[in-house]
Amino acid sequence: MIPEIGHFSLILALLVALILGSVPIIGAARGNAVWMGLARPAARAQFFLIAVAFICLAYTFASKDYSVGYVASNSNSKLPLQFRIAAVWGGHEGSLLLWAMILSIWTVAVSVFSKHLPDDMRARILGVMGLISVGFLLFMLMVSNPFERLIPATMDGRDLNPLLQDPGMIFHPPMLYMGYVGFSVAFSFAIAALLGGQLDSAWARWSRPWTTMAWVFLTLGIMGGSNWAYYELGWGGWWFWDAVENASFMPWLVGTALIHSLAVTEKRGSFKAWTVLLAIGAFSLSLLGTFLVRSGVLTSVHAFATDPRRGLFILVFLVVVIGGSLALFAWRAPTVGRGGKFSVISRESFLLANNVLLAVAAMSVLLGTLYPLFLDALGLGKISVGPPYFDTVFVPLMTPALFLMGIGPIARWKNATLPELALRLRWAFAVSVATALVLPLLLGHWTPMIGLGLFLAFWIFASSAHLVRQRLAGDSATLLARMKAVPRSWWGMVIAHIGIAVFTLGVTVVKGFESEIAVRMLPGDVAHLAGYDFKFEGVQDSVGPNYTASLGQLRVSKNGVERTVLSPEKRLYTVQNMPMTEAGISPALIHDLYASLGEPLEDGAWSVRIYHKPMVEWIWAGAALMALGGLLALSDRRYRVRRKNLTEEKPIVPKPVVKKPVVKKAVVKTAVVKKPAAKKTVTKKVSAKA
Amino acid sequence: MKRFLLPLIIFLVMVGFLAVGLHLDPREVPSPLVGKPAPVFNLPLLDQPEKNFSPKEMLGQVWLLNVWASWCGACREEHPLLVALSKAKLVPLYGMDYKDTRAEAQQWLKEGGNPYIANAMDVDGRVGIDYGVYGVPETYVIDKFGVIAYKQIGPITGQVLSSKIMPLVERLQAQ
Repeated sequence: MIPEIGHFSLILALLVALILGSVPIIGAARGNAVWMGLARPAARAQFFLIAVAFICLAYTFASKDYSVGYVASNSNSKLPLQFRIAAVWGGHEGSLLLWAMILSIWTVAVSVFSKHLPDDMRARILGVMGLISVGFLLFMLMVSNPFERLIPATMDGRDLNPLLQDPGMIFHPPMLYMGYVGFSVAFSFAIAALLGGQLDSAWARWSRPWTTMAWVFLTLGIMGGSNWAYYELGWGGWWFWDAVENASFMPWLVGTALIHSLAVTEKRGSFKAWTVLLAIGAFSLSLLGTFLVRSGVLTSVHAFATDPRRGLFILVFLVVVIGGSLALFAWRAPTVGRGGKFSVISRESFLLANNVLLAVAAMSVLLGTLYPLFLDALGLGKISVGPPYFDTVFVPLMTPALFLMGIGPIARWKNATLPELALRLRWAFAVSVATALVLPLLLGHWTPMIGLGLFLAFWIFASSAHLVRQRLAGDSATLLARMKAVPRSWWGMVIAHIGIAVFTLGVTVVKGFESEIAVRMLPGDVAHLAGYDFKFEGVQDSVGPNYTASLGQLRVSKNGVERTVLSPEKRLYTVQNMPMTEAGISPALIHDLYASLGEPLEDGAWSVRIYHKPMVEWIWAGAALMALGGLLALSDRRYRVRRKNLTEEKPIVPKPVVKKPVVKKAVVKTAVVKKPAAKKTVTKKVSAKA
Repeated sequence: MKRFLLPLIIFLVMVGFLAVGLHLDPREVPSPLVGKPAPVFNLPLLDQPEKNFSPKEMLGQVWLLNVWASWCGACREEHPLLVALSKAKLVPLYGMDYKDTRAEAQQWLKEGGNPYIANAMDVDGRVGIDYGVYGVPETYVIDKFGVIAYKQIGPITGQVLSSKIMPLVERLQAQ
């Protein structure tokens, strides 16, 4: 009965989504307030109905109802409760339900926090989100229904894929989807703006917090996935350039570009068409990622059961959504004004360059991901594109991007001069070059790649330090007061940039200085790596809820002093008869000691792999800092203030620009003069159209 | 105007490739075994453990070897098709029950019908390694000389059966 309620609820949700996707948009075109007003209640009703369906599915899993096909395929009576719940998104159908659920959460969030938006804009945004929802609900009900009954029912389920039976499964997919789907908000804002012809700085200001929020989730989601792969796969790797990893990385790259481009559009009125294109691109790549994972076009560890009908549906959906929005872009974007002019050396230029580099990076990931498919489609054989391609492409693209990251925030808007920049950054440059040359020699050896990585990391550290010092300069008040006077969004930027530096440092050091051995060990044997002694204490059998395990133990000591104990595990999940490795890791700021059990050999010996990974945790610490920076930007005063006095918000005032400190007087002046002019051209366009 | 059309054009080209890609099967990995003699084995039968089955017995006939297991979900998908195929008596179908227990396998065949002339039990999966089994179900077409002519990874669909496997079987039978 419960599954039928869920199924019925989904059908109702589809009907509501159809209303949400049509009536308010038509209402906005005709200026019908009642029709536009339907958007908010419809968004809420949709959320309620999808939540009911979601809870029904979770309940079906929790109550072990194996008469539902999806439940039988993805869980088992011995599976612990938390994984039975997480198994809701453990397969194709359920992860679509999660997608739809999260989309409805974002939709409701927009309907709640959009009181300051003009009615027609809000109606269009919610309407576009409703249309996306229609696609996903239709997809579920037509070819991927999670509530379909299995006749005859099985006694027990086939169990959740053992790879997914990990705490990571509980957090990683929802986080990632919050990010993916979160870009639908920026996308809907862009489409709504294109439909309404209101591509002004206000549009950028509204989009910014939503985009940042989605980006924070995506960053955390990717970080979690990478960390999960690191300890679960037992190979010590943290990124594999797997097709599905790429599918999450592409929207991240474009989303990062979008955040920066939105800042320029809001503050300077430039890059409008480019920003819209990025907003469309970020969400399109999220959808494309879904297509790649779900359709079976590419094989990957993440790909679920494949079905060509599903692939065809998603492809048609992609053509409608992405093709439609790009066509709308091609039609409406030429009418968008070009915004404020800027010289070749200016913050706008640096941001534009960074934007282009990020977009090109995303496109090259896309090319690498799809290249095997292209060749196959052209009948040129089957190949796979691996890490060498991505490493080769990424270094030359990211090097200038990271270098510009040091200059961009220091350069002035509109017009800066090279000699002045060089003068201000000479110390940062000297410090980073010196570090890049000396530090590797202290650590052991120097290679060009290590030197480059360290240079870029310290370049960002040093230039950020310079930036902070310059911003806090002055003697008017205490340092604390001066720190408080700087908006939080600025601190957010600095911290996110430092996060990139921390990440770069981690990647460089781990790639340059990691070491590993694979040895055959009998109980009592000692292996040596990176100055540590690893004593193998043998393996004990243990039994988990739905697996049997061999628990290994390695005592780690240095110079005779015991430091830590590593407990790698080899599990055999009995239902699917699938072996899994659980690495034993001792994480620390300086380095990780990492061991994983290979195969049992004769006479009680085991093959053991031991890794020494210096500074590998910095990779995830860097990502966490990026996310923290995003959160800090979101907590900026201007977002909190706006909510309090939303009634006065109607006129668009370039508030953040006014708050700039004294150093940028010249900028403030031009900005204030520029803004109304830019606005006028837009209003003219609107009236001309009407 | 033209430069604003560029993203759309790039996207449409990509869609073209994706549409073609949809009809290609990434699982159709050319097996190194195709064109090579089927690895020899001698395994106990599912129903009569005291008797063995070896591919040698099948020399002179074109036959299908289907690797399956009672724990395998995708096997359920192709099972009705196999039952129909065995009723048509066009080609002998043998099964290899992979990493399975006797009781469960027999129960499974009782429920879904038994399309196989006989089933070899590969309990520990050793023969599966020789055959390069990496996803159950898998199906091999083996010709009169004991050479593997085709390998299907994943469930057989009606389309694969009518467009690939059966024409191939007919051609081989005519040899």
